[in-house]
This record gives sequence, structure tokens and C-alpha cells, in this order.
Amino acid sequence: MQLEVLYFAWVRERIGVPRETVQTEARTVAELVAELTAREERYAAAFADLSTVRVALDQTLSEFDAPLDGVREAAFFPPMTGG
Amino acid sequence: MDVLIQSEVFDAGAELNRFSQRAAHSGAGAVVSFSGLVRDLADNPLSHMEIEHYPGMTERAIEAIRAEAITRWSLSGALVIHRHGRLAAGDPIMMVATAAPHRVDAFAAAEFLMDYLKSRAPFWKKEVTAQGASWVDSKAEDEAALDRWD
Repeated sequence: MQLEVLYFAWVRERIGVPRETVQTEARTVAELVAELTAREERYAAAFADLSTVRVALDQTLSEFDAPLDGVREAAFFPPMTGG
Repeated sequence: MDVLIQSEVFDAGAELNRFSQRAAHSGAGAVVSFSGLVRDLADNPLSHMEIEHYPGMTERAIEAIRAEAITRWSLSGALVIHRHGRLAAGDPIMMVATAAPHRVDAFAAAEFLMDYLKSRAPFWKKEVTAQGASWVDSKAEDEAALDRWD
């Protein structure tokens, strides 16, 4: 499947791009992270400590064990610091 | 408009006046507002702050939080303004205002909005000083503050 993947804040800085289209067979967010991590060092650097990374699927906050079925956009970012 | 996501500076006083006038027409007897400012760093003066956000999700997340506050406290109105981009020390970052028939609900709803904006609206702050730039870390107490609304 084809997925738009977005990165924000230091996750974006480590990976080096704000967004990209990814071809993947991953069934869950965790599988997608494992796939990207195996791909290149910059992904491994961004996903080294998943306790500091949050994920949103189609712009709704989600979990790493969530399925990617029907998802068009996934985003990875650090805990939010609004307000 | 009751949710404004913008890079431009805003006038919190003028926004509050406008909001209050509308609230008075819809039966409010109490208006509470909060403004957040870019805090300068005592020992390491801030050159500026950069706020990144997730266009699309930002609006959705804030609309959802606002709708929940309106339902939960039967508000007559709720306003959220949040800036992104480059901000100077002392600049307004954001404001919330709530209107309700009575003050208890207006205060509670404003605190609820603030707690959720801190940890659930997709903004990321970066402080830039002469020594370099660093992302502001989220605080455990901000996350813990959400528990009181369960």
C-alpha cells in the first residue's frame, strides 16, 4: 500500500524531510516503524526511543499497535508542547 | 471565528472585548480568559521562539477539544487563538476565552481547554538563543493534568 508519512519537530530534523510517500506492506504502525528503521540510519535515529514519539493516523492521535488498514496519512512527532 | 490558528500577532484585549460583546448577547454572565506569552529565559536570553504545527490536525484537534468544553459546561461561547511561526519574547502565543451563565463553569472550561491545548494540540515549541536552538520538552505534570478531567 501507499502511505503519506509526515514528520514534525525533532523527528523531522532527524529524518531530514517533512513528508514522503512510502510504499509499505506494514500492517500496523509498529511494523511501519520497524520497516523504516531497517531502511536507513536516519530513521533508526528518529525512532530510537519510541517512548518519546507520538503517532497520528489520518490526523487523529493513535497508538503504535494500531492497524494501517485504510489509513492514508501517518504522522510521527514528539509529545506536543502547545499552549 | 472561534478557532484561529495564525502566524500574525493578535491583540488579546481587542479579541476579549469582541468575544465578551457576543457572549453577552447569548446569555452569558461570566467570561474567563487566559493569555500565554513567550517567556524570556533569565540566564540565556531568547533570540526568538519558533512554533511548528500540523496544519489540518491542529484545527481538527482544537475544534474537538472546544466542542467537548462547550457540551460539558454548557458554554455560551469559547474562543481559541494559537500562533505558529516565529515569535519574539513577550509576544502573545495563544489565548482562550470561555463564556457561561456563571463563573464556575467559565473557569473550569478555560482550565480544561488549557490543559488539553498543552498536550493534545499538535504544536511544538523551539527556543532559539545565542547558544543555539532547542526543542522545548513536554512536562510530565502537563500530561498528568489531563487525568483530572476523566
